[in-house]
Amino acid sequence: MEKRVIFKQKLLPYFLIAPQIIITLVFFIWPAGQAVYQSVLQEDAFGLSRNFVGLENFVYIFTDETYLNSIYVTMIFSLSVAIIAMSVSLLLATMADRVIKGATTYKTLIIWPYAVAPAVAGVLWYFLFNPTVGIVASYLKLYGYEWNHSLNGGQAMFLVIITAAWREISYNFLFFLAGLQAIPKPFIEAAAIDGASPLKRFWTITFPLLSPTTFFLLVMNVVYAFFDTFGVIHVITDGGPNYATNIMVFKVYHDGFLSLDLGGSAAQSVILMIIVISLTVVQFRYIERKVYY
Amino acid sequence: MKRYGLFLIMAVFVLGFSVTTAQAVTEINWWHAHGGRLGEKVNAIAENFNKLQNKYKVVATYKGNYADTMTAGIAAFRSKNPPHILQVFEVGTASMMSAKGAIKPVYEVMGESGLPFDPNVYLSTVTSYYTTREGKMLSMPFNSSTPILYYNVDAFKKAGLDPDKPPKTWEEVEDYSRKLVKVGYSGFSTAWISWIHMENFSAWHNIPIGTKENGFGGLDTEFIFNSPLHVKHIQQLADWQKEKIFVYGGRRNLGNAKFSSGEVAMYTESSAGYAGFKKTCEFEFRTSMLPYWPEASGAPQNTIIGGASLWVMAGHSLEAYTGVATFFTYLSSPAVQADWHQFTGYLPITTDAYYLTKGQGVYEKKPGMETALKQMTLNKPTSNSKGLRFGNFVQMRGVMYNELEAIFSGKKTAQQGLDKAVKEGNKLLRKFEKVNK
Repeated sequence: MEKRVIFKQKLLPYFLIAPQIIITLVFFIWPAGQAVYQSVLQEDAFGLSRNFVGLENFVYIFTDETYLNSIYVTMIFSLSVAIIAMSVSLLLATMADRVIKGATTYKTLIIWPYAVAPAVAGVLWYFLFNPTVGIVASYLKLYGYEWNHSLNGGQAMFLVIITAAWREISYNFLFFLAGLQAIPKPFIEAAAIDGASPLKRFWTITFPLLSPTTFFLLVMNVVYAFFDTFGVIHVITDGGPNYATNIMVFKVYHDGFLSLDLGGSAAQSVILMIIVISLTVVQFRYIERKVYY
Repeated sequence: MKRYGLFLIMAVFVLGFSVTTAQAVTEINWWHAHGGRLGEKVNAIAENFNKLQNKYKVVATYKGNYADTMTAGIAAFRSKNPPHILQVFEVGTASMMSAKGAIKPVYEVMGESGLPFDPNVYLSTVTSYYTTREGKMLSMPFNSSTPILYYNVDAFKKAGLDPDKPPKTWEEVEDYSRKLVKVGYSGFSTAWISWIHMENFSAWHNIPIGTKENGFGGLDTEFIFNSPLHVKHIQQLADWQKEKIFVYGGRRNLGNAKFSSGEVAMYTESSAGYAGFKKTCEFEFRTSMLPYWPEASGAPQNTIIGGASLWVMAGHSLEAYTGVATFFTYLSSPAVQADWHQFTGYLPITTDAYYLTKGQGVYEKKPGMETALKQMTLNKPTSNSKGLRFGNFVQMRGVMYNELEAIFSGKKTAQQGLDKAVKEGNKLLRKFEKVNK
C-alpha cells in the first residue's frame, strides 16, 4: 500500500513562508514598484516638485548617445567576462578532475577568489596595474609597453574584464567540477578503448554532457557581469576613460546618486529589470529543452 | 505598604523632573563628510562647543564622502527627518539653493536668532560663492581650499633651475619642463582637472565659464567655456603630452602619486593637499601661485574655492535654529577658525583668523598655506571670479572628465571636445532649469 503524507494543517504553511514573502515584498517588489513609479516622473532631487512626464525619460535615454554607448559597452563586457571566466574555469576543472595528489589543496585555492568582494578585487587589481606604481605596469614598461588605463579605453576595458572574470572563475570551477564528476566513467573508458585521443574524448563526450551546466553558468555569468560588477567599475575606472567602461548598472548609480536625476536613473533601472527578467525566463524555459541530457 | 507607595510616587516625581531637565538640552544634528584625522577634528570642535554651554548639544555624524553625505541629507529630507546642519560640497550649491522648501538660508537663521552677525568679517572670496547677488549669505563656509602649484625643489636643482623662482606663466612652465625632462623628470601633472584647469582657469584669467555671471544671475545660464583661450589651454595640454611636459594623472586626485613618487616635478592641486604631500614626499617641495597666460589682459585675477559649506535644513524649531546660530557664531570665532585652518590646511573664513594665524608665525613655518590665501585674495572678485552656480554640476564634472580624456588620448581636438562638453552641459542646465522653475 502506498504511504501518503498529507499535511493536515491549513494555516501553518502560510505562516512558515510568510517571512520569506515579507522580505521579498519589502526588499524586491516595493523598490521595483518605486522605480517604475519614479521612471515616469521628472522631479528635483528633494522631491519638492514632481511632474508626470509619461515615457519622456525613456525616450530621452534611448536617444542619448551615452546610454546607447553604455548598452554596447555592457554587451561587450558581459560576453567577454562570461567567455573568459567559463573557458579558464573549464580548463582548471578538467585538470583538477584528473589530479589525485593534493586535489583538495588545488580546489581550495581555486575557490578562494570568490570570497573576495568585487570592490576589494577591484582595489587589488588596480594596485597591480596602477600606471605609476603598479608592479605589472612597471614590468610592461620594461618591455617598452606603455600601460595607462586612465587614458587608454581598451586597456581600461581589459583590466576590468580580467578583474571581474577572476572572481567568477572560482564560481564556475565548482559547478564544472561537479558536472564532470557526474559524467559516467564507462563512456570515457569505452571511447579510450576505441582509440579516441583525450581531446576527441573531451569534445565528443564530456563537453556535450556538460551542456546543462554550461548553459546554466552562461546565464549566471552574464547576470553577474551585468549587475555584480558595479564595485569593480566604481573602484577602478569610474566608467571612464571617455565612457569606455560605462556599463549600464554603473550609469544607473551615477545618474541617480551623483547627478540626482532620479527619473532618468529609475527609467534605466526599469530597462535593466526587464533584461534580467528576460534572461531568467530564458534560463527557465530553455534549460529543459535545448540541452543534451 | 503605604510608605512604599508614597516613596514610589515621590520617586516618579523626581524622575519626571530630571527627565524634563535632560530634555532641555536641544540636540543639533550635524552631518558631515570628514573621515579620518579631519573627522576627529570635527568631533573635537563639536565637543568643545558642547562643553562651553549646556543649552545645546551638537552631534556630529560622519556620513561618507561628499556625494554620500548629500544623498543622505536628501533622503532624510524626503522621509521628513532631516538633520539640522548638512555639509554639502561646492558643486551642490545650485541644487541646495533651488530647494527652497528644504533649506533655511543662513542669513535668515542668524537674523532670527538675535545674535550679532556681521557678513563683513568673512573673506569675500570665500563667502561670495555661497552668497546671493544681493549679498545675502545662503550657507556657512566651513572648509574651503584653492588650487596652487607644488614643485619639487630637488628636481629643480638637478635641472639647473632656481627654486626661488617658480614659473609664473605657462610659457615658463613649458620652458622649465623641457629642462626637467632632460634630467629624467616629466614636467607637470594635475589633480581635479576640471576644477583647476577649467573652472579656476576661467576665474584666474577673468573669463566667464557661463553666461549670467556664471549662473549667479539666473537658471537660464549657458556654458561658454569653449572660448579661444580655453581651447588654446586644453589643446596645449594635449600637445605637451608628446614631450612629457604634461602627463594626465587620471580623475580626482589619483595623480598625486605622480608627484610624490617624483615622476613629475610640478603639480597643480588643492592647497588642502599640502598635509598629504608633507607625509608622502621624500624630497623638499615648495608652493607657488598658479601659472597664467600673460596674453589674457585680466590675468592673474583671483582663484575660486573648492570644498564644502554648511547648509541649514528646513522644518526645525526656533529653539533648534537659535542653537544652530549659536554654533555658527562659535565656528566663526577667530580661535576656532585659526585652529581648523592650521590643522587642516583649509583656508580661514574670516580676516581675524588670518591675522591671528599670521601673528602666531604659522606662515613662516608653512608658507604653502599663505600662498593659497594670497592667490585667492589677489584682487576683488569680478563676476567671472566669484564662483559658479550651475545646476547638475556634479554630472557636468563627469562630462568634463570624459571629454578631456577623449582629447588627451587624441580622439578629439580640444575644440571638438570642449564644444561637445558645452553641448552636453547645456542639456543638463536646461533639465535643471525645467525641474526647478
